[in-house]
Amino acid sequence: MSISNAAATAPAPARTGWSQSRVWRRLRRNPTALAGGVIVLLFIAIAIAAPLLAPYEPNVSSWLTVRKPPTAAHWMGTDDVGRDVMSRLIHGSRASLSAGIISVAIALLIGVPLGVLAGYYGGWLDAVISRVTEAVLACPFLILAIALAAFLGPSLTNAMIAIGISAAPIFVRLARGQVLSVKTEDYVQGARAVGCSDFRIIRRYILPNIFPPLLVQSTLTIATAIIAEASLSFLGLGQQPPDPSWGSMLNTAKNFITQAPWMAIWPGVAIFVVVFGFNILGDGLRDALDPRDSR
Amino acid sequence: MLAFMARRLAVSIPTLVLISLLVFSLQLLLPGDPALAIAGDERTPEMLAFIREKYHLNDPIVVQYWYWLTGVLSGDMGISIRSQMPVTELILTKLPVTLQLGIMAMIIALAIGIPAGIISAVRKGSAWDVGANVVALSGISIPNFWLGIMLIMLVSVQWGLLPASGYTSPLEDPVRNIQTMIMPAFVLGTGIAAIMMRHTRSSMLSSLQADYVRTARAKGLSERIVVLRHAFRNALIPVVTLGTLQLGELLSGAVLTEQIFTIPGFGKLIVDAVFNRDYAVVQGVVLFTGTAFILMNLLADMLYFLLNPRLRA
Repeated sequence: MSISNAAATAPAPARTGWSQSRVWRRLRRNPTALAGGVIVLLFIAIAIAAPLLAPYEPNVSSWLTVRKPPTAAHWMGTDDVGRDVMSRLIHGSRASLSAGIISVAIALLIGVPLGVLAGYYGGWLDAVISRVTEAVLACPFLILAIALAAFLGPSLTNAMIAIGISAAPIFVRLARGQVLSVKTEDYVQGARAVGCSDFRIIRRYILPNIFPPLLVQSTLTIATAIIAEASLSFLGLGQQPPDPSWGSMLNTAKNFITQAPWMAIWPGVAIFVVVFGFNILGDGLRDALDPRDSR
Repeated sequence: MLAFMARRLAVSIPTLVLISLLVFSLQLLLPGDPALAIAGDERTPEMLAFIREKYHLNDPIVVQYWYWLTGVLSGDMGISIRSQMPVTELILTKLPVTLQLGIMAMIIALAIGIPAGIISAVRKGSAWDVGANVVALSGISIPNFWLGIMLIMLVSVQWGLLPASGYTSPLEDPVRNIQTMIMPAFVLGTGIAAIMMRHTRSSMLSSLQADYVRTARAKGLSERIVVLRHAFRNALIPVVTLGTLQLGELLSGAVLTEQIFTIPGFGKLIVDAVFNRDYAVVQGVVLFTGTAFILMNLLADMLYFLLNPRLRA
């Protein structure tokens, strides 16, 4: 095997000294992060198994059960058109979680390649990408998402696109900063010296080493994206009726605060718990992946 | 100082130009003919031709942008199709309401966030610290529009203490104004209080480990003086500058808070504009907030410069 091939096929050295087993060991020692992970997994399981778990069809209304308080038949009560709140809450988790995950995937798909290009090549490309990123970051996240959703038209898909575009600059900045630090490492210089192509260096040596901070940021951004989707749906720019989402359920509930307070309580609790879960998981992952912590 | 500010201002200009490009490009997302979207439902061929002529829609996109940009630079952001008022005037009319809400929310955020951050850092690892961290994380995780609904249910409906919605100008009735604004300001302030608490805590923790704090303790100063006069003063520098950058958070939060409490401010303006397909207003609001954010960035840099003696030296 030539030196060139050896360098190209050897695994990228771990810059920060993180490894899966070490991260897992640190995570296990952090009960808060574990609790966050359990909450997140629980909600994902609920979203996947929604048709099996929901006691009623989420969109079927009944004029006999309009705004009924919680009973044995309807544990969380019914809404303004007699639909079961718990069933809508369970099905609503699909919209909220998929919006959180898909919009962050969109943000990663836009942000990471741009950030890597800016950090790796520098020069005018970096200047252009950085200025555009600054401009997008200057517009408040939700206001930009509202404007994009307004021009794209109200729907859950467009809300996800709007949130993804609004969140992308965070990943551009993060990826750029990480690449700037990784590209000066000896193993990258070595790979370059033996003639590896830029594409190969980025794929084999840069991307694996900038992954940990991106993972932490993704977890925390999913939390922000879930709140953003709920906010857009609350304003009527996300999930459209009759399909449920936690934000759209709150949008309806605000008109019945005095007559049916239970309509407003549960969707908010669900948003709070899942966002809290993602936040503590993100904090825990950050601690577990922190190379300065030698535990 | 002046040279520093001039340099920062010069760096901001390309960003401002890019914000204007971004805002202008929003209308390219409109499916189909923009003239149809602007005209609304009651459109005639003559009206469409008039709109295309007025907004230069028959010209190339670069020319359209140029016309739009020169208009914006002279303070003309277009006319609201709903109210038939100039967008600039509309924004300036709504701005004081949101400004008052933002200032009140910031005062509440600082009053909660900074003391909580100090206590949490000074008693690191104690039940206080854990409790404050959990509360801060909860503050970040609670959607403020839901908190608003819950407070309306409890404070207005159950206890009847404060009005559930509406707005009274402070010039008309200052007491009523405070009554209507205090709850929305609290809702808006809690999320920012949580962020401020975390900033203060982390800044105080590094300050408390600094050499000058060790020296102050070695001199025999009381812990209270060490914490407040030495550690906190230095910890405040990043907190103040980061606090200035919470404008985006405030404006985003104001959109939802104003919607829930029916406050006729800046946030309600953009939401109403979205539903009325008043695209000029939507663009105007985004452009205004982006520009305001850049200016707040400049202010933050200036404050950092003024507060940090090492930079001034």
